[in-house]
Amino acid sequence: MSDETPRERFSGLRARFSQGGGTTDASLLLVTMVALWALFAAVGMYLGYDTAGVLGTVQSMTFLVAVYALAVLALNLQWGYAGLFNIGVAGFMAVGAYAVGFLSGSPDATPAGLGLPLPIGIIGAMLIAAVVGLIAAFPALRLRADYLAIATVAMSEIIRTTALARPLAPITGAGQGTRNFPANPARTLYYENPADVTSAPNAVGEAVFGVFESFGVMRTNLVVDMTYTVLLLVVVGLVYWLSRRTGNSPFGRVLKAIREDELVAESLGKDTRMFKIKIFMLGCALMGLAGALWQGLGNGSVNPTTNFLPVLTFYIFIALIIGGSGSNTGSVLGGAVFAALLFLLPTYISNIVATFNLRLPRPNSVIDAFTPLLSADPLPLVGFVVANIDSMRFIIIGVLLVWLMQNRPDGLLGHRKEVASSVDLMRRDRTRGQTAATDGGRTQGGADDE
Amino acid sequence: MAGAVAVLLLLDLLRRLVDGSLGPSTLLTYLWTGLVIGLIYGLAGIGLSLTYSILNFANFAHGEYVTVGAFSGFSTAYLVAGGGIATLGNLFLLRPAAGQVGVSITSAPFAVVVGLLVAVVATVVVALVLDRVVYKPMRSAEGISLLIASIGVAFVVRYLLAIVYGTQRPGVTAGTQRYFVGEALGLGRFIVDAHQLIILVAAAVLVVGVHLLLTRTKLGKSMRAMADNEDLARVTGIPTERVIRSTWVLGGGLAGAAGFLLVLSQGTIAYNIGWRLLLLIFAAVILGGIGSVYGAVLGGIIIGIVQQASAVWLSGVWSDMTLPVTFALLIVILLIRPQGIYGGVETT
Amino acid sequence: MSDTEEQPVETSGETGESGDAPEPGTADSAVEEAAKTTPRGVPLRIQNLRKEFGGITAVADASFQVEAGSLTGLIGPNGAGKSTTFNCIAGVHRPTSGKVFFQGEDITGLRPEQVANKGLVRTFQIAREMEDMTVLENMMLAPRGQVGESLFNSVVPGIPAPRFLDDSQRQRWERVVPQGRRAVTRQEEDLRERAWETLEFFEIDHLAGEYAGSLSGGQRKLLEMARVLMTDPEMVLLDEPLAGVNPTLEKKLLKRVHDLREEGLTFLLVEHDMDVIMNNCEHIIVMHQGTVLAEGEADDIRNDDRVIDAYLGETI
Ligand SMILES: Nc1ncnc2c1ncn2[C@@H]1O[C@H](COP(=O)(O)OP(=O)(O)OP(=O)(O)O)[C@@H](O)[C@H]1O
Ligand SMILES: [Mg+2]
Repeated sequence: MSDETPRERFSGLRARFSQGGGTTDASLLLVTMVALWALFAAVGMYLGYDTAGVLGTVQSMTFLVAVYALAVLALNLQWGYAGLFNIGVAGFMAVGAYAVGFLSGSPDATPAGLGLPLPIGIIGAMLIAAVVGLIAAFPALRLRADYLAIATVAMSEIIRTTALARPLAPITGAGQGTRNFPANPARTLYYENPADVTSAPNAVGEAVFGVFESFGVMRTNLVVDMTYTVLLLVVVGLVYWLSRRTGNSPFGRVLKAIREDELVAESLGKDTRMFKIKIFMLGCALMGLAGALWQGLGNGSVNPTTNFLPVLTFYIFIALIIGGSGSNTGSVLGGAVFAALLFLLPTYISNIVATFNLRLPRPNSVIDAFTPLLSADPLPLVGFVVANIDSMRFIIIGVLLVWLMQNRPDGLLGHRKEVASSVDLMRRDRTRGQTAATDGGRTQGGADDE
Repeated sequence: MAGAVAVLLLLDLLRRLVDGSLGPSTLLTYLWTGLVIGLIYGLAGIGLSLTYSILNFANFAHGEYVTVGAFSGFSTAYLVAGGGIATLGNLFLLRPAAGQVGVSITSAPFAVVVGLLVAVVATVVVALVLDRVVYKPMRSAEGISLLIASIGVAFVVRYLLAIVYGTQRPGVTAGTQRYFVGEALGLGRFIVDAHQLIILVAAAVLVVGVHLLLTRTKLGKSMRAMADNEDLARVTGIPTERVIRSTWVLGGGLAGAAGFLLVLSQGTIAYNIGWRLLLLIFAAVILGGIGSVYGAVLGGIIIGIVQQASAVWLSGVWSDMTLPVTFALLIVILLIRPQGIYGGVETT
Repeated sequence: MSDTEEQPVETSGETGESGDAPEPGTADSAVEEAAKTTPRGVPLRIQNLRKEFGGITAVADASFQVEAGSLTGLIGPNGAGKSTTFNCIAGVHRPTSGKVFFQGEDITGLRPEQVANKGLVRTFQIAREMEDMTVLENMMLAPRGQVGESLFNSVVPGIPAPRFLDDSQRQRWERVVPQGRRAVTRQEEDLRERAWETLEFFEIDHLAGEYAGSLSGGQRKLLEMARVLMTDPEMVLLDEPLAGVNPTLEKKLLKRVHDLREEGLTFLLVEHDMDVIMNNCEHIIVMHQGTVLAEGEADDIRNDDRVIDAYLGETI
């Protein structure tokens, strides 16, 4: 009985989240981001970082949140809306990342790029990812959800292992991977010769770096990274807008119908195959964009032995499940919660634990970690867990996934389906007779635009 | 289309044999190693196939059952074979060097047999515990929810093993007897080692055992009925808990055996060996037809041989393309014959 | 489902609502002949329709036709093949053999959406709502050929006509310049009004904002009917639409069907309630074991020995 109150409060909170509507969604996102910024700034300060260090902590968190949000939004279009169970996300991201490197990388480096302007590189990367998506869409048209899962995860492994294969070394760098990516747009903004690491800053760069220096932030790289992250947030905003429009429209309505009952959608005259192809291509293009901006331009280095493993796809799925698939706002929230709290925060734990000066022993096996428990000494076990924090993170994620599927299949934040229409369906302008619109003042539809 | 490609490749194979660019012993080696590794895929595949058709979900944690079998079996084999070399704890954690302990069928046959048995039993226990904790509360859930939950299970099991055993990839078997069989038949040198023979024997015994179980016992018959006929399963409602448990016992046990035999054949062990095998096992199962026990074995053998024999065409740096080609084959099978070789015609 | 997936798709069927354009893919002279001999007053015509599932013959060479503007009843004991016939007409199943003509056009083997887009729409025996969509979303899904079903229109903002243009210039502007999302919202406002009106008629407007999954069985049936009407059909196939609907509403529903019939719609109604069929349908087709057993007006059917045999025990 005693846990009644918090649970009630939680469900009340969930109910409020679930109402949707443009303004609540925006404020929810804002509140979440501010809270995460505060948390990570606090972590940085607690660890005794200087201003640049704290900014760096917050920046790398924001970067990860942004790129996750991109990928999760893309997946939401396919899975959340149309119910297409694509677990090859990592592969499509790989296509985007390699493509932007190939199209816009320097022709003089190895593996050589074509040296095309960056906008062409990015759009090209999206197009190529869309075309690969089209190929993958054929299984999507014909296969049951679980077969599609297997086909897409196989597709993503085909892409990754092909990138790894030596015959493709001139394009992908094979096992060595590639670092030949165009300078990121933030560098272009601040440097005279963005591709050159030793280049002098241009006038804009001087001015901006100057401002940061006056606050004691001397690391120009950090300023560049922060600028890039802000640009990323703008892209996230655009993709969010695009997804909302796509979802809150008759097009999105058909997608939802396909997810619910494809035969009924067909029986109402919808050519579901065309809708599936389109959304598969759009989603893959956006996944390609995420790959291009994250591992490509963002990290500036890609290696198929460590990047784009199927596990990346699962991270993105978990983020979407946390946020509640079918909801664009939920996608961004889920991306933020996953990237910041589940993925990044644990990496700070060993640093934080170190500040307690516990002199943690570092047992070199589980046995050495557990046997001291018999003599009531928990420190070796704590030390062991901290030392294995990477594996622990996976275990926590796995447990969370199972728990979510058992208890909250609609997502941690609850049933957040957004009504698919370009207008508020509950409103009636031209009412005949009694008004139906005054029905408790409920509103429907993500009609946040037009 | 796919048929034409297969015929062309076969013709090309013949041409290579005739013009001598491919020695018969090389081809025999490909076929033999392909058969051995394929039997392992097949053994693991039977379990995946059974759980897929009876519980109606694609179990993405099945690879982890393979890994559990590998580690539990080899810990046991180390404890049996390596008494006195190191502390029990270090033996269990596979810390001593492989050469020192000497686990192989020729030097320590008892350790291998006990290891195999423990691999089966331990994996069965793990599979049953996981069913009780994870899947039982979700019996009425959709296949996709179960699939996602199984991904969670895969994470938990894989990284628990990583924490216990570490993330390195140690060698754990000692060398064993090799036999040169080809010369006697006038086909050039062609090597068969004792572990491969053990795998062949063990796989044959297990497959025949499962066959008898499924065809001769009442329980087996009801499992088979459900596996063969999805509609029937649907009509008869949610399968009984007893059938589900037996499915996990069979599937887990075979996966565990496959894991142990896999390590016996390749010599090294790592926390992610099962995960890396998962897609290949899926390929075997889908090729054979989901729900079909013999299909899974046959599918496994085909996938194993295709992987090995692809070296005829994919040589040198192109050998890196073996895996992409195998996965592409999986997608092609899904597209052109999703019901597999043995599968009947799907009904609505 | 696999049925529809396996069939080779005749994309040519997409064009021309006009009906009498022969399809390039089916230049079979017998077919053309049949198409010509179908009178214009007969929107639906089934010819030797046969559907086998493995060993089971669900429909065995059934032939019948439905007059324009009629309310035709299709009855038969359980398992007679009524739903399967519907599925063959609607493109869910590809018939083993036989032909289906709609408004003189051969529609055999077309995909479900192609059939629906010709104006022949069906309901399902077991109501199939989009459970995770609201009642209104279900309604708004149905109208055919919505502007916003194009991804481009849904996403791209439209360019409004400049203020200085007069009305006719504006209309021209809107025809030439992409109107994107503007056109979508405008159409959605109109459709929304229609959806509300239809819901009001079926007396489920108080459920408009609810998820369809929370509706009762009877309410689902109503929603299904309402949704079909939103597609603006020429002919409707109703598979047991009254099962689970209360008697008052049943009367209203039937009245609505009669009203729509006056307006020119054609109905083919499967129903187990004999009174409903006898009292409302001017023409009745009786199916038994996959074949058409008898056909005619209520009195003929009531007195037909074969029909009585088929229903052995049941009172007609
Ligand atoms: N997809 C299918 N696969 C196999 N058999 C089927 C299938 N659909 C229908 N049948 C069989 O075809 C026969 C006719 O079924 P149908 O549903 O058309 O009958 P019905 O006249 O609609 O009956 P009811 O009045 O009970 O709805 C039945 O024997 C049924 O079992
Ligand atoms: Mg029926």
